Amino acid sequence: MGAAVDIARGETLIGKRVPKMDAPEKASGRTRYIHDINLPGQLHAKILRAGVVHARIVSIDTSAAKALPGVHAVITAADVPWQRPIGVAKDHLPLKTDRVRSPRDEIAAVAADSAEIAEAALRLIKVTYDPLPVVTSAEDALRPGAPLLHGEELTWTAPDGRREVLHAPSPDNVAMTFNYAQGDVARGEAESDTVVEDVFWLHYVTHCCMGVSGVIAEFDADDNLRLYSNTQVPFLHKREFAELLGIDPGRIRVIQPPIGGGFGSKLDIYPFEPIAIFLAKITQRPVKLIFTREEEFLASPTRQPVLLKLRSGCKRDGTLTFRTVDTLHDNGAYTSWGATTPFVMMQTISSLYRVPHCQYRTRAVYTNNPYAGSFRGYGNLQATFAVEAHMDKLAEAVGMDPVTFRLRNAQEPGEITPQGMHFKSCGFKQCLETAALRSDFRRKHNEYRAKWHDSNPLKRGVGMASMLHVGGGAKIYPSDGCGTILKIDDFAHLTLITGASEIGQGSETVLAQLVCEELGLPLSAVTVVNNDTDITPWDVGVHASRTTFVAGNSAIGAARKAKAKILAAAAAKLELPVERLGLRAGCVVETGSGNRFIEIGKLIRSLHFSDKAELVMTTHYYEPPSQHQDREFKGDVSAAYAWATQVAEVEVDTMTGIVRLLRITGAHDVGRVLNRLGIEGQIEGGIVMGQGYATTENLIVENGVVRNPSFRDYKLVTAPEIPAIDISFIETMDGEGPQGAKGVGEAPAICVAAAVANAIYNATGVRLYALPFTPENVYRALKGQAQPPVWRVAS
Amino acid sequence: MSATVDIRFRLNGVDTEVTVPAGMSTLEMLRERLDLTGTKYACGEGECGACTISVDGVTVNSCLMFAADCDGRELLTIEGLVASPVGEVLRASFARNGAVQCGFCTPGIMMQAQHVLRKHKGCERADLQRAIEGNLCRCTGYVKIIDSIAEACVTADTEQGA
Repeated sequence: MGAAVDIARGETLIGKRVPKMDAPEKASGRTRYIHDINLPGQLHAKILRAGVVHARIVSIDTSAAKALPGVHAVITAADVPWQRPIGVAKDHLPLKTDRVRSPRDEIAAVAADSAEIAEAALRLIKVTYDPLPVVTSAEDALRPGAPLLHGEELTWTAPDGRREVLHAPSPDNVAMTFNYAQGDVARGEAESDTVVEDVFWLHYVTHCCMGVSGVIAEFDADDNLRLYSNTQVPFLHKREFAELLGIDPGRIRVIQPPIGGGFGSKLDIYPFEPIAIFLAKITQRPVKLIFTREEEFLASPTRQPVLLKLRSGCKRDGTLTFRTVDTLHDNGAYTSWGATTPFVMMQTISSLYRVPHCQYRTRAVYTNNPYAGSFRGYGNLQATFAVEAHMDKLAEAVGMDPVTFRLRNAQEPGEITPQGMHFKSCGFKQCLETAALRSDFRRKHNEYRAKWHDSNPLKRGVGMASMLHVGGGAKIYPSDGCGTILKIDDFAHLTLITGASEIGQGSETVLAQLVCEELGLPLSAVTVVNNDTDITPWDVGVHASRTTFVAGNSAIGAARKAKAKILAAAAAKLELPVERLGLRAGCVVETGSGNRFIEIGKLIRSLHFSDKAELVMTTHYYEPPSQHQDREFKGDVSAAYAWATQVAEVEVDTMTGIVRLLRITGAHDVGRVLNRLGIEGQIEGGIVMGQGYATTENLIVENGVVRNPSFRDYKLVTAPEIPAIDISFIETMDGEGPQGAKGVGEAPAICVAAAVANAIYNATGVRLYALPFTPENVYRALKGQAQPPVWRVAS
Repeated sequence: MSATVDIRFRLNGVDTEVTVPAGMSTLEMLRERLDLTGTKYACGEGECGACTISVDGVTVNSCLMFAADCDGRELLTIEGLVASPVGEVLRASFARNGAVQCGFCTPGIMMQAQHVLRKHKGCERADLQRAIEGNLCRCTGYVKIIDSIAEACVTADTEQGA
């Protein structure tokens, strides 16, 4: 625990343990999440879901529901003929018209005086279905003659009768494809001394935000929409909701109460949001819709499940030669961001290590399963799992230890990869060396391996895995920027208005730190406003580990403009050259000596109440210097890249299959530590989320139906199960990063499963190709009874 | 409609009377009838601990307890806890040690932590991990929550010893 920073003495805030500004309020139970907000006159909404996997809707009878006292509206697709499809491929109508493709599908919705009445009304709605054949795996969906999920075009008829095709028919169930290539894999294979090929299966997991999904929608008398939303992308949603409703985006105001966990789950619009808006429009009352936990499991997105075939090779000296990857993504019934995770997967495949020849082909395929969204790591957990398994296998094949083998192929600063990524700062080799050293990796790796065949049924193992992820935003949208408005009042109190949303990760505290650092003010002098699109300047959203980097640079830009204005005023007032002046401890000071001339508040008052009558208010928009990828997916997509190596040490009970994660030793290239307390929290939380992915979490989907929609049967890691965690920060001081920092939000979750798989192999000599490593799965594998994943895909 | 029950209990030190439907949970009563929204719904079946409160000095999942069963009892919620010296120690420790990220699980864990502080002074780290195993947190990985309770244990011991 560090001592409190003494801003009065001009100490820096950077790198210190700065408590989150919102912590006291949250720890008092006073923070009002969306669940805690109630508007006067508000109605409560509930959604009727299909419950059947794949069917034609024959009839819907809502008459009894409408007649129930306390019910204000019951709607089906027929009541909102103007609804438009949502999602990444615009293949998903909020209320289903004639067909359901998944048990979660929305058939009808009720707004009533209470949630109980709405619930009772749902039970009175009678729907008859005509079942259709079900497709529950991506491989089956690709077979000739497989039932088609979106075989017909999706059309929309405007009120004036104009007809538009919104989603073209998919004749083969393929929702999206990505193909990437560099070099010549055939040549790479010919140059190889060793080649390995395996198939991996990465399973379904889901975000499990502690705060369930929810929304409150209301229209004012002029038909402007006010939306209380948990979104991570308020400005993008504004535009999408406007399109959906056929109204001007300027009429939509998105207010973001503090959210009970995001992790990428809130990057897309889901049907419940438009449905609440429809009900608010029809009833002309505020409508609140909150999920139950069961609904959260059934109807919020999953991590993308992936079947992955990897073929890789190296020379006798350990130099990687080629990598060929084929993947099949189970898209589920509709297309959300999960389908686009190949953007990130291919970065790991092409550029985590130097691989001259590389090919990556993937298809996201429609099935009747739950549909996948974006989730912390965004495909990188899946790609890293396979790539790092092969790094160990190749190392073993050429007789090198895992650390040396990786060091031979690791990226270095200055590298521009064939995919076009430019690693201006890169601490990858330090990450590898530091994690290996601090975990005593080489010694343990040899020692544990020597005990494979001894009589002790408890085996230990160490395994390592590394990761590359964007650390300076990701240029996916037309702009990857963020705006800041800064105002300093007459008492030197600072209001930092930023487009960047706080989702629990601590962004408001880091942004306040960065601004205080420029202006020499204490954190207590800052109020952060970040939750209202009518007030805050544009930001692309909380994703891609970008907020500290992009919003941080934006905040610094605004602070520097304010500083220049204050110093210019001070120079005029004091009749001193501006170069001699600085800001520290709430005062204008002489640089060098630190002598105090005037308090900042007093100076601002004199500026305000003068003939010139000026306020100190500045704005800044920061656009990171990165590139959009071209059609071949090449380009320097991020302004900086983050690196990490994690070593997992496990104990495997070979009699039960129980894998205990004893320790994670992580080394993270974070550019620079801004808030030590916050960054430790991000990394610890990410590691335990990765531990859940590796060992306990499994959303069981059988024939399109989620079988375990509760915390009783979907097992999150609990406090007694966490590993000891040792984190080293590699500070590479990125030239573009705010105070040298790079993004870190997703990084810690990415390597864990891959490292644990390698550790289980080091403990037992058995390699597992499918997640999760539950006792049952591990036991079967140890007994040689596991069926490894197979690639049976029609090409 | 369903039958109702008139109940009386002490809530955060204040005598409280309320009429509730027989089937209402204590969690619903706190949130919807008494406007005490610091106690959170996150699963409704006793698996996550976000709704933890103290009843007659014992922590319970308020989603699993009928409101009617509060009759004659002494309830403490997060709102009452933070007004007490123990609550103040915990809140300060949770904030200072980074135990709070999204904060949704925090009130429930604070309630469980006050139970630990009152009942098991001088806990080892492993004991603290066991003590909060019924509380799920998706953000922090628990490390800083355990740090916070451990520090609060020391502070509370020191203050009681003084």
